[in-house]
Amino acid sequence: MSRNIMRHVYGWLLLTPAAILLIAFTHYPTVATVIDSLFSKGSAIRPSRFVGLANYAMLVDDPIFWKVLTNNAWFALGTIPTSILLAIAMALLVNRAIPGRSLVRMAYFTPTILPMIAVANIWLFFYTPDIGLIDQAAGWFGFDGHNWLGDPATVLPAIIVMTIWKEAGFFMIFYLAALQNVPPELEEAARLEGSTRWYYFRRVLFPLLMPTTLFVMINAVLNSFKLVDHLFVLTKGGPDNASNLLLYYIFESAFSYFDTNYAATLTVILLGLLAVMALMQFYVLDKRVHYR
Amino acid sequence: MLNKLKILFLTVAVTIGLVTAPMAGAETELNMYYPVAVGGPLTKIVDSMVADFMKENPDIKVNAIYAGNYNDARIKAFAALQSGKPAQLSVMFSIDIYELIEQDAIIAFDDVVETPEEKAWLNSFYPTLMENGRTAGKTWGIPFQRSTIVMYYNKDAFKAAGLDPDQPPATWQELVAAGQKLTKDDGSQWGVMIPSTGYPYWMFGALTMQNGQVLMNDAGNETYFDSPAVIEALQFWLDLGTKHKIMPAGTIEWGTLRQNFLEGKTAIMWHSTGNLTIVKEKAAFDFGVAMLPASKRRGTPTGGGNFYIFKKTSAAERKAAMRLIKFMTSPERSAEWSMKTGYMGISPAAYETSKLKAYVKDFPYAAVARDQLKYATAELSTYQTGRIRKALDDAIQAALTGAKSPEDALKEAQSLSERLLRPYQ
Repeated sequence: MSRNIMRHVYGWLLLTPAAILLIAFTHYPTVATVIDSLFSKGSAIRPSRFVGLANYAMLVDDPIFWKVLTNNAWFALGTIPTSILLAIAMALLVNRAIPGRSLVRMAYFTPTILPMIAVANIWLFFYTPDIGLIDQAAGWFGFDGHNWLGDPATVLPAIIVMTIWKEAGFFMIFYLAALQNVPPELEEAARLEGSTRWYYFRRVLFPLLMPTTLFVMINAVLNSFKLVDHLFVLTKGGPDNASNLLLYYIFESAFSYFDTNYAATLTVILLGLLAVMALMQFYVLDKRVHYR
Repeated sequence: MLNKLKILFLTVAVTIGLVTAPMAGAETELNMYYPVAVGGPLTKIVDSMVADFMKENPDIKVNAIYAGNYNDARIKAFAALQSGKPAQLSVMFSIDIYELIEQDAIIAFDDVVETPEEKAWLNSFYPTLMENGRTAGKTWGIPFQRSTIVMYYNKDAFKAAGLDPDQPPATWQELVAAGQKLTKDDGSQWGVMIPSTGYPYWMFGALTMQNGQVLMNDAGNETYFDSPAVIEALQFWLDLGTKHKIMPAGTIEWGTLRQNFLEGKTAIMWHSTGNLTIVKEKAAFDFGVAMLPASKRRGTPTGGGNFYIFKKTSAAERKAAMRLIKFMTSPERSAEWSMKTGYMGISPAAYETSKLKAYVKDFPYAAVARDQLKYATAELSTYQTGRIRKALDDAIQAALTGAKSPEDALKEAQSLSERLLRPYQ
């Protein structure tokens, strides 16, 4: 009997360090955020009070909120599939014996090593109208300069391109690792059976890469919501919110408007979105993933 | 055994007490946050000024803490405030005043000054620079790193276009006329660029002032975004790009504008005086600096950072903070600061110092910002200032990119601002 209790105590003691960290830095802040979102913005003169769901009602009426949500959806749609496809293509390329393989691998991986702020500073000058790299290159072919970051129609695509450039190399590393684990016999056997390269990729290689794809996909989705560093440098969400994203709007609400309670409301939405997407990926995609 | 320990402990405690007590009595320690918003080795200049102060005032110890840009400084100050260990004073954005008052974070200088001499000191600065530091009949901020917008122009480009390089455009009509001569058809050189990212409301404050209308009242609880003169000003800004075609259409990036000017892509740029020293160092051509042109009158908003004293301070700390602020804003120091950075001298007395007099004589453009002060007004600052500033920024950008007409955009911004400000009226 007492031995049994001891075992329980022992078990709980082992769990304690992780539990303390999780509760202090994940669960408590989450609960506190939800509670904060039910109170009004307070100041020394007008203390914060309970307002129920009023913050959420304000959010539904807030055109900027819907704008940043739409932007975020386009940003995710624009970055995720392209960077995954590019990552697979690059991984396949540098997995083969090509001349200067290490150099090419390094070249693909370089953008990942750079901090996002540095990347944004570099691309700010790429995109500068007339004197930027892109407009100068376009100038050689007789195209006129374009105000990439100053035009609401091109600002979000411009940021998507930069993000893909930054992220694809990172995902490539995971695919490269996965490819190295695929036994070469499979390809030999497929070739003996007379299958084409594309058929081998589609029916053998890609299914084997599915666990990696799932992992990369989850990361890519998370990144599309949590990467906003570049906005501080490139556009500050402008022009007229054309490139504003949800997390940047949360930052603005909290630290520029000092409306921490509205920021908490937005954060609850972000948390909900991410939770739903993570669950969907685990339950729907997991069934289609073949683990060895 | 236990007793022995107790005695030992007591002895140690008493000794520590005896040693530290006189020190604590003689020395006041101050924490001061300060931001840096433009390039250059500004932290070194601040640190050396603070070191000089401590040499003259050995009874005060100042920890000057560099806190990033204006936003970072405000966030750090608020975080420190909530953690219960605030700084005693700070340099922060002059337009943070209403937010700081609403959070009950700062104390008015009127409640700190004692002697008639100190009261007179409050009036020793340029009155225009005090506009962003005064409200509700009290003074809350003392100017330190302050700027205005000025017009930089490329004299070589003026000569090449057949314009007189010593006659920069002084009115909107002259600006358009000069811009049309300066703009080249192949797009290799534009007439003028006014930045519309970063701080659009600031540039717009200049245009509206020139058109004879300020953006808000002194109490910070009313805005005038939809007044006809304001709409007209935005229409003019838009017309520079779409009708007169002397400025690229769309928004113009604040961060890369200086590069555009230095590379000759634009013959005229509107920018902060804070860029003066670096343009002087980098320009490969002959350049000039002039006041902004006038529509009904000349005009520019002021900008930059003020000193604030926090409320959670002891009487001794407030006195020490006052001594530090008086030192940092004294004419001699202000002159030194202005020469090293391009920021303005903050009092008429600063421009009367022999140092700054000699500098201005050698480089007259250093005085353009000061001469323009008589036409200047306060920078946009209200209660709920973050949201309202953003509403105006969005309206300006929506109009410049053609998403909305200037009138619709500004009316929307005004109605949002009215909703936000209703509780303060």
